[in-house]
This record gives sequence, C-alpha cells and structure tokens, in this order.
Amino acid sequence: MYPEDRRYSEEHEWLQVEGDLHVLGITQFAQEELGDVVFVELPEVGASVEAGGEIGSIESVKAVAELFSPVDGEIVEINDEIDDAPELVNEDPHGKGWLVKIRVEDASAVDELMDASAYTEFTSGSD
Amino acid sequence: MGETLRRTPLFAWHQRSGARLVDFAGWEMPVQFSGVIDEHNAVRTQAGLFDVSHMGELMVTGAGAQDFLQRMTPNDCSKLVDGQAHYSALLEEDGTFIDDLLVYRRGEDRFLLVVNASNCARDLAWLDDHRSADVVLEDQSDSYGLLALQGPRAAEILTDLGPAELADLRYYRFTELDFGFGDSIVSRTGYTGEDGFEVYVPAEHAESLWTALLETGESKGLKPAGLGARDTLRLEAGMLLSGQDMGGDTTPIEVGLDWIVKLKKGDFVGRDALVAQKRGGVKRCMIAFELDGRRPARPGSTIVDEGLEVGRVTSGTWSPSLERPIGLALVETGEERAWTPGEEIEVSVRGKSCHGVVVELPFVRKS
Repeated sequence: MYPEDRRYSEEHEWLQVEGDLHVLGITQFAQEELGDVVFVELPEVGASVEAGGEIGSIESVKAVAELFSPVDGEIVEINDEIDDAPELVNEDPHGKGWLVKIRVEDASAVDELMDASAYTEFTSGSD
Repeated sequence: MGETLRRTPLFAWHQRSGARLVDFAGWEMPVQFSGVIDEHNAVRTQAGLFDVSHMGELMVTGAGAQDFLQRMTPNDCSKLVDGQAHYSALLEEDGTFIDDLLVYRRGEDRFLLVVNASNCARDLAWLDDHRSADVVLEDQSDSYGLLALQGPRAAEILTDLGPAELADLRYYRFTELDFGFGDSIVSRTGYTGEDGFEVYVPAEHAESLWTALLETGESKGLKPAGLGARDTLRLEAGMLLSGQDMGGDTTPIEVGLDWIVKLKKGDFVGRDALVAQKRGGVKRCMIAFELDGRRPARPGSTIVDEGLEVGRVTSGTWSPSLERPIGLALVETGEERAWTPGEEIEVSVRGKSCHGVVVELPFVRKS
C-alpha cells in the first residue's frame, strides 16, 4: 500500500527524491489518524530546518499534530494549494497533498529512514 | 490503558464497520465512521445515527420520587407532565455542577434520569446518599441501548419502522412503546440542534434497531455518526458538555444555564449558593466566539485582554457548517467587561495570537 519510491519517518512523514530536492508529506496512516484536516501551518520558504525540529502543524477537526522535519536542510518550496484546500492532505496524502520541498543537507540521512515495507510493519503494530 | 474499556451493545457492529474507536469516559466508542465532516453534514442536511448507549439511565420510583428530584435538581419537576422531559442538573451544596442530565416523567412516581457516562457512578452514589426511604433508585444503564436519530429527515426515517404518530411527538416529549424492538422509550430530544429522536431500546434489541434504521434510512441519506460529529454538532448548537464546559467549580449561573435554575420552586441542593450568586453577580461568564482564519482554538487556549489572561477556552473546534473556528470560553466578567456580541477578542492558541469576535449562541440554527 505504501509507495516504494520514497522513505518514511517514525513521525509518519514521507520523503521522496525530486531532482536535487526532497518532497515531504504525511502518510496515509497519519491522515487517517488525524481525520478531516482543516488547517496546515507550513514554514517559510528559505527557513532552515533540522532533523527532529518542528516545522509546522496540522489541525484536523478533532486534533492537532506537529510536523517535524526528518532531516537537516532548507525549505525551498511550500505547497500553496494546501492553504485553500487542506482536504488534499486527506484525499491524496502521497500525491497532491504534499507539504514542502526540502534541499536536504546530507542525502545519506534520508537512506536511514524506513523503506515502504519497514514502514508498513512499523504502523501495523501501532493502530 | 490499565482498565478494561466498557462496550455498548453495538460494539461488534462498530468494529465490523471499520469505525475508528476511542476511549471515551472509560467506554470504547466510535469517534468516526466515514469522517467527522461528512457525518456532520449528513446530520445537518439529511440524518445521522449515533450510538450513545454509554449514557447512564437511572430509574427513580416510589411515593417520594418527585419530592426527591425537586430537592436534588434545580429545574422544576412539578411542571412536568407524564410523557415530558426537561434538562436539569445535579449540583453540590455550593451550587457547582456534579453533572447535567435529562429528567423524564414516566408517571406520577416514576422518573428516568439520563446522565453522562463519565459521571454515572458519582451521580448514583450522590443520589443514593440523599434519598429517603420512600424512593427507589435503580441503575438500568446496562439494560438499555440508546440510539440518537438526528437530522431533518429523522421523523421520516423513524416512522418507516414505527407508527406514524411518532412524527407528531412534540419537542421534549416522549412515548413508551414496542415497535418491534422490545419495550422502548422514544423521545423528541437530541444533542445536535437538529430535529430528531432518542430511542431507549432494550440492550438485546439495540443492534437490530440500529441495522433496521440504517437500512431503511440509507435511501434518505442516513449515515452512522460518531462522537466526533456529535461534538461539532452540539457545539454549533450551543449545547454544553459536562466535564468540559461545566463541572468542577462552575455553577449554572456562570455558564449561562440560569433557565434551568428555578429559585421560586422551593428549596433544593445548591439553592442558597445560587441565590447569593444571583444577588452578588457572577465573576465569570461563558461566552461564544468565532475566530478569523482556520486554526481552531482547543480547550485550554487562553483569552487575552491587554496582555492579561482573562479566561480559557472550554470547547473549541472547526465548525463544518460555518467553515471557521468556533468555541466557548469561561471569562472574567464585571461592570467594566461585558463581552457583548460583536466585541473583538484575542485568543492565544498554542502561543499564537488569534483575532476573533464574541457572538451569540447558537452558532448555527436548525436547518
């Protein structure tokens, strides 16, 4: 169920290579846990982020979740459509619901994240 | 989770349906089926079906039943006729809430109290401590399932299964009948701000009633709905949640429930404190607010006035109907601060200042 073309964090985010950048979003598991997303707070373009640091938050009708960067790097683009259509995070979390693009400082840090099968196993025990 | 969670008669159905289940007041309850917003909109435009079997049902009978309830609750039970219910509360001697509840008059000396799951044991102990020998108190919570059928098409759906006369039931009236699911109580009540019914059905028939309603209601847009939608609906309707909007150290006067306090009816537990509060004025009051932007204020967010914290949010959510954040807050009040509708307010939401405006309740009127 989880795409093989990306890596996954324990905070239920995914990172996918796109040229010399990485696209970040939340996983299907995370959007199901949250329920209807009504507001996403994203960082500024140009902001530098560090692994484990908070870069924003996602508000659903019933809960709020913090968004953490799984890697060190710099925010180079944010998904502008999310502001008007936060439901994209629910409808297409692995596609149109992407959140930010990061210029990752050290790409090997991404390889240390889980692959699809490891993430599937990671989530199967925690529901 | 050390304690085993309690389950309603519909638990197996919820589990099979893939509903998201959560611990609510010690009960394993469905928080959502198809999604909070989808279920919310179904109730506002068509109909939704809620399992609220976790609510407590306490039977109060005996020659002294009415006098007992007059003494234990602030609303006037002597005004109730057979087949009528009203909203009331259990209060401490100091006028603060133990719980809010519904009182159903089933007969001259037969009453049903419907209480919150989270407070049921405490309510029962409190009532038992105060009851006289001519009052019998029975906890029948486990004997009943409680289904709330809510929405503009609720009457149409219910009368598919039950007699047509159910559609004529007036607001806060009820009837006792067996329409194929055992001896049931059907009342024109609810916690959504829409038209609707609550059906107290023998636990062993709860699932067959649930599935029969869903089946007949499907073509009329009926959807199963969870506690998530129940919360957004009740808040839009301006209905308070016990243990969150009131409870602990608040009184009915402070939270705007003066209308359930009938000081002229004679003595009742908490009366002296409430009389003093009415005379002296309250230092806190409940306000309703809407916020700009999309970030909901959650319970615990603070109301800020000129840099000072002057209150806290007790309920806050995204309003699916208004598509903006709404909430209730308990704030300091006095001659210099009236909090009239239209006044601007500042709410600190997780460290961020959000601008909003005081509004009148309800946020949303019946469709």
